[in-house]
Amino acid sequence: MSEIMVLPELKQIAGALLFAAKQPITATRIREVLAQVAEEQGGAYADFASLKDSDVEAAIRQIGEDLEKAHLGIVLGDLAHGFRFENDVACGVWVRRFLEKGKPNRLSRPALETLAIIAYRQPCTRGEIEGVRGVAVDAILRNLMELQLVRITGRSELPGRPMMFGTTQTFLEYFGIKNLNDLPGITELRRPEDGKPVAEESVFEEPAAEAAPAEAPAPETPAEESTEEEPHES
Amino acid sequence: MAEDYKVQLEVFEGPLDLLLYLIKKDEVDIYDIPIELITRQYMQYMELMKMLDLNIAGDFLVMAATLMMIKSRMLLPAEDRPEMEEEEEDDPRWDLVRQLVEYKKFKDVAGHLQLMEFHMENVFTREGGGIQLGPDTDRALQDVSIFDLISAFDSALKRIKQEDLREIFAERFTVGDKIDYIIHNIRSKKRIVFSSLFEGMATRHEVVCTFLALLELIRLKQIRAEQAGRFAEIEIVATEDFETAGVAHE
Repeated sequence: MSEIMVLPELKQIAGALLFAAKQPITATRIREVLAQVAEEQGGAYADFASLKDSDVEAAIRQIGEDLEKAHLGIVLGDLAHGFRFENDVACGVWVRRFLEKGKPNRLSRPALETLAIIAYRQPCTRGEIEGVRGVAVDAILRNLMELQLVRITGRSELPGRPMMFGTTQTFLEYFGIKNLNDLPGITELRRPEDGKPVAEESVFEEPAAEAAPAEAPAPETPAEESTEEEPHES
Repeated sequence: MAEDYKVQLEVFEGPLDLLLYLIKKDEVDIYDIPIELITRQYMQYMELMKMLDLNIAGDFLVMAATLMMIKSRMLLPAEDRPEMEEEEEDDPRWDLVRQLVEYKKFKDVAGHLQLMEFHMENVFTREGGGIQLGPDTDRALQDVSIFDLISAFDSALKRIKQEDLREIFAERFTVGDKIDYIIHNIRSKKRIVFSSLFEGMATRHEVVCTFLALLELIRLKQIRAEQAGRFAEIEIVATEDFETAGVAHE
């Protein structure tokens, strides 16, 4: 094909998208954008159409390494199923001052305990939470839902069809967690009977998130294998 | 006015917290709980909470009943104990131990989450957004547990002399007065040791009013109770919000 113009390399494009994104962005999402542009523009742009998620992710990781080497005060964050640019945590004091964020609100211990139970046992009912904590959790649960750290994920098949609760995307972002399998001590604290990883798909349809870059599956979910190959080969 | 003054302190911490607290305080083995001792101490705390008119949640009563039942079953020789459903173990304490151990795991992991929370407080993204939670995160009483406070209150109570029972006095103290008293103290000294608050107080009534005033001020986020380590001396300090909100105790 004819090389009329010099296109930026993958790493540059990925970096630009990371820069522009408001929320953590996935490799899959970047690959989709590349494919869309390839279709619209054709020509040399089409070269990017055959990339896989793993290629994009490698480019993103390279950006992370470059940033680290360059000591720019900016690092690559890897959380909430995606990537984003964030400040080096060591520089946080100054950023906090500059942005006039004041003293952060922190969760109380009872709230953290309740959240921990939901995070590790999700989806779970209020009864299960109270069984572990030995105390009523109505008010805390309501509070956590208002803070958008917890949401209703459905109804249980138990008598009375009680509501089931799970954590949100905001939860992952707030604590800087990659995905639910990245929770500290997850293997030990998972509900004894299910040996399988926590139901990851429950985290996706986040209602409030503005312009959420849609259903990008988490890196570890089995769903990913299928999306990875099919779309652009043919 | 003083009579209908109720402190609406929400004691979110539950009976399991109290048990773990007692176990830790007495340095006993969680797998071999001296049930008699722990039950006695548990009941003492319930008494204190009742005296403070804190709304004792039903959960505390349920646990008290459970402790009593375990205690009574421990007194019986194993073969005389009535059959319980699904009790595989001979030790009546086992169910409780299992619950405590599981709860403790989550308590520990909650501590871990808290460290992650602190870490993320200094991480911002390009928008300057970062994740900020709304204003209402129940942070009152985060620094010192309610049980530490009640414990300290108990020792303050014990320090007062036997009340003189011959005369009846009109109630001379109100929680409102004591709020003023504490605010005045904090303003001049910035930091006061908990026990010194009660110095020179002669009646239970006065001590109780002072303690309730303290709880109310903590709830209003005017002051904070701090402690250098578990079971260390508790100190009272003004928060950043001290007096900005005014004192809304009328």
